[in-house]
Amino acid sequence: MPLVALRDEALGYGAGAVLRQITLSVAPGERVVLLGRSGAGKSTLLGALHDRIVGGGHRVALVPQDHALVPQLSVRHNVLMGRLDDRSAAYNLTSLLRVRSRDRAEIDAILDRVGLGEEAPRAVEGLSGGQKQRTALARALYRGGAALIADEPVSAVDEGQAGRLLDEMSAAFGTAILALHDVGQARAFATRLIGLRGGRIAFDAAPGEIGAGELERLYAA
Amino acid sequence: MLPETLSRRSVVLLFVAAAALALPFADIAPAGHDPWAVLGRMARGALSPDFGAVDRIGRALWLTVTFAIAGVAAGAAAGFVLAPFYGARPVRALCIALRSVHELFWALLLMQVLGISAATGVLAIALPYAGIFAKVFSEQMDEADPAPLAALPPGTDALSRFLYARLPVIRGQMWTYTIYRLECGMRSSAVLGFVGLPTLGFQLDGFFKLGDYGAASAILILYVLLIASLRHWMRPRLVLPWIAAALVSVLMVRSPPMGSGALWRFLSQDIVPAPLRRGEGAGAVWDWLQPLLTGQALPGLIATLIVGQIALVLTGALAFAASGPLVPRVSGRIGAAATHLVLVILRSLPEYMLAYLFLQVFGPSMLPAILALALHNGAIIGHLTGREGAALVPGLRRDAPRGLSLWGYELAPRLFGPFLALCLYRWEIILRETAVMGLLGVATLGFFVDMAVAELRMDRVLVLLVATGLMTSAVDALSRALRRRVGRAPLRSGAEGRGGAAVEMAADRTA
Repeated sequence: MPLVALRDEALGYGAGAVLRQITLSVAPGERVVLLGRSGAGKSTLLGALHDRIVGGGHRVALVPQDHALVPQLSVRHNVLMGRLDDRSAAYNLTSLLRVRSRDRAEIDAILDRVGLGEEAPRAVEGLSGGQKQRTALARALYRGGAALIADEPVSAVDEGQAGRLLDEMSAAFGTAILALHDVGQARAFATRLIGLRGGRIAFDAAPGEIGAGELERLYAA
Repeated sequence: MLPETLSRRSVVLLFVAAAALALPFADIAPAGHDPWAVLGRMARGALSPDFGAVDRIGRALWLTVTFAIAGVAAGAAAGFVLAPFYGARPVRALCIALRSVHELFWALLLMQVLGISAATGVLAIALPYAGIFAKVFSEQMDEADPAPLAALPPGTDALSRFLYARLPVIRGQMWTYTIYRLECGMRSSAVLGFVGLPTLGFQLDGFFKLGDYGAASAILILYVLLIASLRHWMRPRLVLPWIAAALVSVLMVRSPPMGSGALWRFLSQDIVPAPLRRGEGAGAVWDWLQPLLTGQALPGLIATLIVGQIALVLTGALAFAASGPLVPRVSGRIGAAATHLVLVILRSLPEYMLAYLFLQVFGPSMLPAILALALHNGAIIGHLTGREGAALVPGLRRDAPRGLSLWGYELAPRLFGPFLALCLYRWEIILRETAVMGLLGVATLGFFVDMAVAELRMDRVLVLLVATGLMTSAVDALSRALRRRVGRAPLRSGAEGRGGAAVEMAADRTA
């Protein structure tokens, strides 16, 4: 029973579909990485998969490409936002004034794992790009769920750190669908690589079955 | 004097603390009678509007519209002529003086010369509006794209440069601003009725004196509909017919004749300080001025600041509370629509008229003025903040929450900066309106102006109006300094960064 299945679908905004004839299903336990040049439709496909999996009644953690953090709130509050839907509005509003110590302990443990333990009380607007990205990731880790959907979640951090963060992600989520631009990272992380080119799926296979030539064609002009 | 930057939190605390300090000095106890009985009768009237008095309702509304159109058209024309010369100090000073006096105060002054006449009504709107139009039009001219001007052949004369490379560039903006001003003019015109002109305020007062709440409700409903539909009945191609119709109907208003030479007597005698008029020399002027300042201007100023401060904080609280429910993803489609309807009504009714209504309920105290100012201005700021909030929603992440959690986490933190800037911007407007509410009997500056007018002491009126103008410009300067220090938090439109017109329209547009 797949987590999500698309059958010959056109995806995109309004009439001008970005992706055509997309057939693809993701089973629980898979770690899928989408590859392709910018504008190839990775974000569109991730958005569609997110909506479909959520629509199927599963819990999904999301890391959007623009992070979608609230700059005026603290790092801790932004992470807390990963579970707003689990709690009553009254609980959430009082948390704005003061995060309960139980939640605080849990959030701060996650922030330690992504190397942001020191920044917990700081407003997000004062953070560097990499710190913001890790805050968005921490929010997804705090949320948890059946699947993680993340759009370029390690694009702004250095390589060593990126590897550790990807390990955190695969440890925390049974299923993960990511867009990455670093092929090395993708090969290390994925159980399955999907290449997008010209609005279609160019390849869809395990990393070991995809040669350098195929990857080169994917990024060729 | 002020530190380089201030946190938003400290500014809010400062204002709330000032309001808390003002509260013990504010007279806000409902006076005497039972407000609930009146409120009940008014509510019954509001729920069963009576359109039977169609001739009186129609005439009052028609004259409200025509006085507004005639006054705004005259003000816009004068402002347009003055705008290119706005850089010249005397022109600028004249414009500042014109717009620092409230329309109702202008009406009181003009009545001394022109009586309760059409000219008084039109000029009471046109004079202050001319000062505002001149400033805004000149800013629009300064900020227009300079490229077409630079591309003109060298040696092109100034008028051609203006007509070919300036005016076409800003025509759209000028129209937008003028329409916005017409909406303000509709409110000014209605309120002029409370000092005797035959517009809505006069008729409303008449209905209330007869206890005819059904008719009062009917006229207010039609008035709100007229303002809400303004952009549909005022279009560029209808401007000239409207102006012609407005002039004809305004000129047909009959008024008692004034004795000849009223203007000369006003200028040469009435507004000259009494000691000078009696030939007592300059030394006596201080003896005349000093009790006026300490006995009237100062207490009036203090009362104005007390009412204004409490009203400002209440405005902010109401606006912030109302802006959340305006976003459908927070309160649901029906909740948002209901909030919107309430805010439209509160925005359309001018503060002065709301204060008049509350006065009927609560009796004379500072309470009606505070409530009216807070509800009207809170509705405006709440509307703008809520609109910004609704505009943020499509850009949120796919898994953003709903309801109050969305408001508390995603929207309110992002909107707080612009919200605070809007409150600071409205501060001066609130004080201006607070001063004028003295005409309703609250002891703010307008109360002493009204008293001096009744005693025909126009020299005193002049001193009090100058004091009022100084107060509002001081507050304007302080507000600007505070807005700069809490940092730029522009609206989506970027209004704060651009000229005064954009900020002003963003800060109190109704429709």
